[in-house]
Amino acid sequence: MSQAEFDALIDADERIEPDDWMPDDYRKTLVRQIAQHAHSEIIGMQPEGEWITRAPSLHRKAILTAKVQDEAGHGMYLYGAAESLGVDRAELLDRLHNKTQKYSSIFNYETPEWADVGAIGWLVDGAAIANQVPLCRCSYGPYGRAMVRICKEESFHQRQGFQIMLTLSEGTPEQKAMAQRALNRWWWPSIMMFGPPDTDSPNTTRSMAWGIKRYTNDELRQQFVDATVPQAELLGLAVPDPDLVWNEERGHYDFGEPDWDEFATMVKGEGEIPDLRISTRRNAHAEGEWVREAAVAYAEKQQQRERVA
Amino acid sequence: MPADLLTHVLRQADRTLVLSHRLAEWLTHAPELEEDMALANISLDLLGQARHLYTYAGKLAGHGHDEDHFAYERDATDFRNPLIVEQPNGDFAVTMARQVLHDHAAFLYWESMCSSTDETLAALAARAVNETRFHLRHSTGWMIRLGDGTDESHRRAQAGLDTMWPFAEELLGADDEDDLRTAGLIGPRFDGAWRAAVGATVAEATLTMPPEPPTRSGGLRGEHSEHLAPMLKVMQGLARAHPGATW
Repeated sequence: MSQAEFDALIDADERIEPDDWMPDDYRKTLVRQIAQHAHSEIIGMQPEGEWITRAPSLHRKAILTAKVQDEAGHGMYLYGAAESLGVDRAELLDRLHNKTQKYSSIFNYETPEWADVGAIGWLVDGAAIANQVPLCRCSYGPYGRAMVRICKEESFHQRQGFQIMLTLSEGTPEQKAMAQRALNRWWWPSIMMFGPPDTDSPNTTRSMAWGIKRYTNDELRQQFVDATVPQAELLGLAVPDPDLVWNEERGHYDFGEPDWDEFATMVKGEGEIPDLRISTRRNAHAEGEWVREAAVAYAEKQQQRERVA
Repeated sequence: MPADLLTHVLRQADRTLVLSHRLAEWLTHAPELEEDMALANISLDLLGQARHLYTYAGKLAGHGHDEDHFAYERDATDFRNPLIVEQPNGDFAVTMARQVLHDHAAFLYWESMCSSTDETLAALAARAVNETRFHLRHSTGWMIRLGDGTDESHRRAQAGLDTMWPFAEELLGADDEDDLRTAGLIGPRFDGAWRAAVGATVAEATLTMPPEPPTRSGGLRGEHSEHLAPMLKVMQGLARAHPGATW
């Protein structure tokens, strides 16, 4: 296969598969994006995972455990999709641990209250779905197919998050106040999950030409706001944006400008929470080394025994 | 005083809830991603068993309490789990040693409960025995890999077994449940089968059975180690801060 054939497949909106020829930059862009996505799944297990042992009912504990387990599974499919591009999981994990690859900066926020678990499901998973549904049509086959499965599970996560928020909103005044605080904490970070404004997003044009990305950051952000504001109204919670107003002419909500300086700081991944996220991962990896070595040593012994037998 | 069926059901419910909680503590700290998934899965199965058992306990007690009452509104001294499941996780080998001792007993227990004269428990056992078969495959597989892996993993696996062994006896059941056995509500004791099964795993793992018999007990009577109360404080804190709230 050649550049011409690659271009023809992209133009015809067909899939590129692992054995197909592809431009180096296409491969690099995908490795970076898929790895960052995989890292986000496994780092994202932490802020919610902290609440499994503290969940306020057995029903919620079970749902949250299943959700965090799904996230580990998503990490595994995504590392698998990245491996089909010729990198291996251990190498990608090293890059996460030494901070040369990033994860979504949304997980650099704290989850001090139970309602944060609800807000993450409702808003963060909601934003993730808006970002990810178009990726099901990503030109790279293994990534697109992994995303189909992931999006199905994410929509379940989003519903459970909304359900937590709904129960809190209909609960005691303390519970409703807790839900409002969580919305205040997570609204702007969720808005920023779509990345910088289109005028400031250098990679968008190329990723769209390659069929990796299907909508611009601002298009997806608008879609998210339009879908989420009515849900907040249903909950009886106030969206913390004084500029939020329905624009009849555009048929969309107008909304305020996020604090892009804060976004830049979060993306840098410096500070107490990012350090905690990475050190938790590094420690788990380092403390598990002897276990992984034991599994390899045992498998080698078994192979030897089979050869002898 | 002989134990009634409610006490027996609570012992099983508390065993599964407390162990589920300990395994959930591993999440995001496991040696590899596959283990985060496996431990979450086992934790979730145990939690499911606990929820069914608590719901049934509510019916047996006749006071209309739901599963969350038992999990969130009782103190450590009300819990009836065997001491082994409340012990801290330690390293991965300590956790797997506890799982091996537990899973062999849980499997034999649920297998025997499939023919309980109590229809609810027999139905629950039919499902739990299949789940436990998978848990047992996971824990014995790891114990063998660790024991017969590297020098370090062998040393840690032996230390894990030595740490958990003193608590193993209570997994075989309580000595005040003979009336329930006679009535066919719970199955016969399985001490011999358990010892043989554990012995086989330990041998295949190239480990040594601890020479002394297990000595620690009390959990089934509500006499716990120092580790249960702090664990319950974490688990129950939020629920207790909002009495009567729905989540």
